[in-house]
Amino acid sequence: MLNPALKLNQKIFDKNVEVVPTRKGYGDALEKLGEVNPNIVVLCADLTDSTQCAKFAEKFPERFIECGVAEQNMAAIAAGLGVSGKIPFISSYATFSPGKNWETIRTTIVYNQSNVKIAGHHSGIVTGPDGATHQATEDIASVRAWPLIKIVIPCDSNEAFRATEASVDIEGPIYLRFTRDKTPVITTDKTPFDINHAQIYWLGKNPQATIFGTGHLLYYALVAASELEREKIDVDVVNVATIKPIDEVTIVSSAEKSGAVVTVEDHQITGGLGSAIAEVLSRNKPLPMEYIGLQDTFAESGKPAELIKKYKMDDEAIIEAVKKVIKRK
Amino acid sequence: MSELHEEKLRELEEKAIEIRQLIIKTLLEAGSGHSAGPLGMTDIFCAFYFHILNHDPKKPDWPERDRLVLSNGHICPVQYVTMALAGYFPIEELKTLRKIDSRLQGHPHRTALPGLETTSGPLGEGISQAIGMALAAKLDKKDYRIYVLTSDGEHQEGNTWEAAMFAGKNKIDNLVQVMDRNNIQIDGFTENVMPLEPLREKYLAFNWEVIDIDGNNIREFVEAVGKAQAIHEKPTIIIAHTTPGKGVSFMENDYKWHGSPPNEEEAKTALHELRTLQGKIVSEHE
Repeated sequence: MLNPALKLNQKIFDKNVEVVPTRKGYGDALEKLGEVNPNIVVLCADLTDSTQCAKFAEKFPERFIECGVAEQNMAAIAAGLGVSGKIPFISSYATFSPGKNWETIRTTIVYNQSNVKIAGHHSGIVTGPDGATHQATEDIASVRAWPLIKIVIPCDSNEAFRATEASVDIEGPIYLRFTRDKTPVITTDKTPFDINHAQIYWLGKNPQATIFGTGHLLYYALVAASELEREKIDVDVVNVATIKPIDEVTIVSSAEKSGAVVTVEDHQITGGLGSAIAEVLSRNKPLPMEYIGLQDTFAESGKPAELIKKYKMDDEAIIEAVKKVIKRK
Repeated sequence: MSELHEEKLRELEEKAIEIRQLIIKTLLEAGSGHSAGPLGMTDIFCAFYFHILNHDPKKPDWPERDRLVLSNGHICPVQYVTMALAGYFPIEELKTLRKIDSRLQGHPHRTALPGLETTSGPLGEGISQAIGMALAAKLDKKDYRIYVLTSDGEHQEGNTWEAAMFAGKNKIDNLVQVMDRNNIQIDGFTENVMPLEPLREKYLAFNWEVIDIDGNNIREFVEAVGKAQAIHEKPTIIIAHTTPGKGVSFMENDYKWHGSPPNEEEAKTALHELRTLQGKIVSEHE
């Protein structure tokens, strides 16, 4: 069942569950932050509307910096602002930032410890019709290898709002990952957000496997859990919103209890959440694991739902992975 | 910035020779690092730290300080030596350059050494960072100035021109770029490797004020900075034509010295030449 303590959206399994893109939470939070904190500065590289910076730009034009199509310049300008008392957010598609400007961010923001917040939009295959060039599916891997950075991947628009807000209270660089497509709202205003801890969203009575999910695919993990319950297979579903630093305690204790693990992420299965969980478990309690995500391939154009089905990231694929991993115990 | 009297100018010129000697000694001790760029840019660093910058070596985090951003981080030996002589850290510490547990990293790292404004080495990133600082100064209505030192070679990086375009469009007039136009890069002469000229016309087209000077002439440089400070509604670039390896005859204008340090014999010859410049010829066996 949905963890009652977290006050999650009770209508999540309804056919017409509310859907909102996580990027909207980012844009709403920027607008609010702009009001309360005069040091917030937002930079964009010619994607003001689609990265949801338009409201901030309109309200605080003197603190909105249009960089044109120049992601390296955007990152390094932000680095200069960040060591001068400002709190810059850089906004672009994740394939370009932190993709194209990876080394610029590494040197001038991360190693340099400048207080910059990096917002990577249009992540995952749910970017859809634009095709694989615009679907960021290696960004977690490439950012996770850096020391001195935090990574947060909100599961819905509410969590995106909270994560954006919370990033300001953390001194230093942080990577926030957002999606373009409208995805189900999993949490409510009353759901506590804790940037330091993974949270158990679905509690199985006698869990035989733990599903660790991150980002919007957490919805499919919850749907899978509820369908599995009907088949008398209990699982726990854990929302790992913060991938770095990762909450080892919650991960190990939950995995130990069930004895088998499935990871779910809209990203290559190499280097992302699955790898992070495997690193934790191999050091503490090695267990059978199955990985849901892009299986070492680029995706293609299509509707998000079609892509999720074709590339085996939907509830059906998760159920299959759970059954498989339980057999391997 | 105060006026540059003759006496102060002579003092700076003497100081520059001292900096060059310490660069040679520091590179010899380190056993690796760049020689030509640091020697070529010595006069400019000397003028910055001992005359132009509004700074306090005892308070490197003073919020009102002028910012000196080194974009081409590989010439950091000249910055380290000049900072040590200015009082940022003990001169003795120069012996730790490029060695383990040192604050003097092979390429400058901001959080390692107070007084450094950025982490640099990967080229083409300095102007953008300086723009960020300049924008912060404008937002905070502060009148400190930002100086960014670049190399000619790093003008082959796309990021450099992204920054040039941005600064021109946004009229970043509290920013002065000083380009070390020494014509060499690792693989040879810039105009053979990847031609940069006409640099003056390129920057004019990007809406910058352009001042060409002899970068090994302290008076010319100080006057150019004075002019740049008076220019509004535009960023300024001072194209400093320097002699790479300046002061050491066998290093001057030879691109082979771009990325190499002197060995013991070469260092001895170099130091002898530099002491001659100072008019203080002493025994090599001292």
